[in-house]
Amino acid sequence: MTLEVSDLAVARGGVCVLEGLSFALSPGRALVLRGPNGIGKTTLLRAIAGLQAPLSGVVRAAPESLVYAGHADGIKATLSVSENLSFWAHVFGNKDISQALDAFALTPLADRPAGMLSAGQKRRLGLARLLVTGRRVWLLDEPTVSLDRDAVAMFADVVAAHLGAGGAALMATHIELGLADASELDLVPFRARPVELDDFDGAFL
Amino acid sequence: MRDLRLAVRAGGGFGLGLAFFLIVVTLVPFAVGPRTELLAAIAPGILWLGALLACLLSLDRILALDWEDGSLDLLATAPLPMEGTVSVKALAHWLTTGLPLVLASPVLGLLLSLPAAGYGPLVLSLLVGTPALSVIGTFGAALTVGLRRGGLLLSLLVLPLYVPTLIFGAEVARRGAGALDYATPLLMLAGITCGTIAVLPFASAAVLRVNLR
Repeated sequence: MTLEVSDLAVARGGVCVLEGLSFALSPGRALVLRGPNGIGKTTLLRAIAGLQAPLSGVVRAAPESLVYAGHADGIKATLSVSENLSFWAHVFGNKDISQALDAFALTPLADRPAGMLSAGQKRRLGLARLLVTGRRVWLLDEPTVSLDRDAVAMFADVVAAHLGAGGAALMATHIELGLADASELDLVPFRARPVELDDFDGAFL
Repeated sequence: MRDLRLAVRAGGGFGLGLAFFLIVVTLVPFAVGPRTELLAAIAPGILWLGALLACLLSLDRILALDWEDGSLDLLATAPLPMEGTVSVKALAHWLTTGLPLVLASPVLGLLLSLPAAGYGPLVLSLLVGTPALSVIGTFGAALTVGLRRGGLLLSLLVLPLYVPTLIFGAEVARRGAGALDYATPLLMLAGITCGTIAVLPFASAAVLRVNLR
């Protein structure tokens, strides 16, 4: 089991948004999180990535296997595309970035300052970062935002290749990627009920 | 650590602190008037205060830029210890801000007619003291990261923490200018710097983890 979540509850801004959530992700599989805006997809992904502590429950994953890609791509506008990518490759202890550049058709743009890229190209650069990390479980938050149709297909191919190589992906997206190994998880049944204040202070509020 | 290169190159604001230091110190003779002996007496204090304010100016760039473009989240999930990341950030800040100030200070000492005996101690005190300014500043930046318009709050938080460094740093420079023995305040200054470097990266990392939630 690559990633296992049991009885997880997460909160955003002090309010519990999801509770009782359990699922498991095995190698070669992708899990797509579905649910309306504000249900807690981002919060869930950040909790699994370890950026915030869950209210309760356990996240079990092999150490150093997760990589998180959020709404922001973490791109430095003054560095070139290849410099941005090599920085992240070095952070994760890798050297080779040419494969990642190829996979997202960024090779012709390699020497361009990242600040000059369009929104879609920036996103492609942000996604290329996943490839240089060498991590097995990808946590993706709306990965296809601002990508055009070709780029979405490109991204679907990359994810399929990653799954084929024994990786796994947990993603929040509204777009159909056409992945053969993907299952869906609807978050609506896990929406937390409004929390009753049952502690002593509650009587005075 | 490649974070250094990134911080240095993407930091911008490199010349900004130095230029600010230059202007503040140049303005002082205009404000005080051309009285050489008075200028010589206040020169060490003015130079230290100028360096401190110049340092303060660039503090919010340490982490705010990384926060805005999401790199900070990604760095937090990267296999680097957070303590290491903030230490490198502080080091990068010192190299881009503190070190140029140290190198420029003798020239500005000339402008303020600092006595000849004072140049060595002045440079030495800044060299020993400015790393503490960067490390304390990084702690302040970690406290205020994610706050909109956190710059003013950052200054208010950090300036009181700069007081010990300022006292001993200016004291070294002042005693040096008066050709007195300055070993004791210099040791105290070095102690403060070592202490902050040893302790504050851990505090900054802890605060940053809380702020990233």
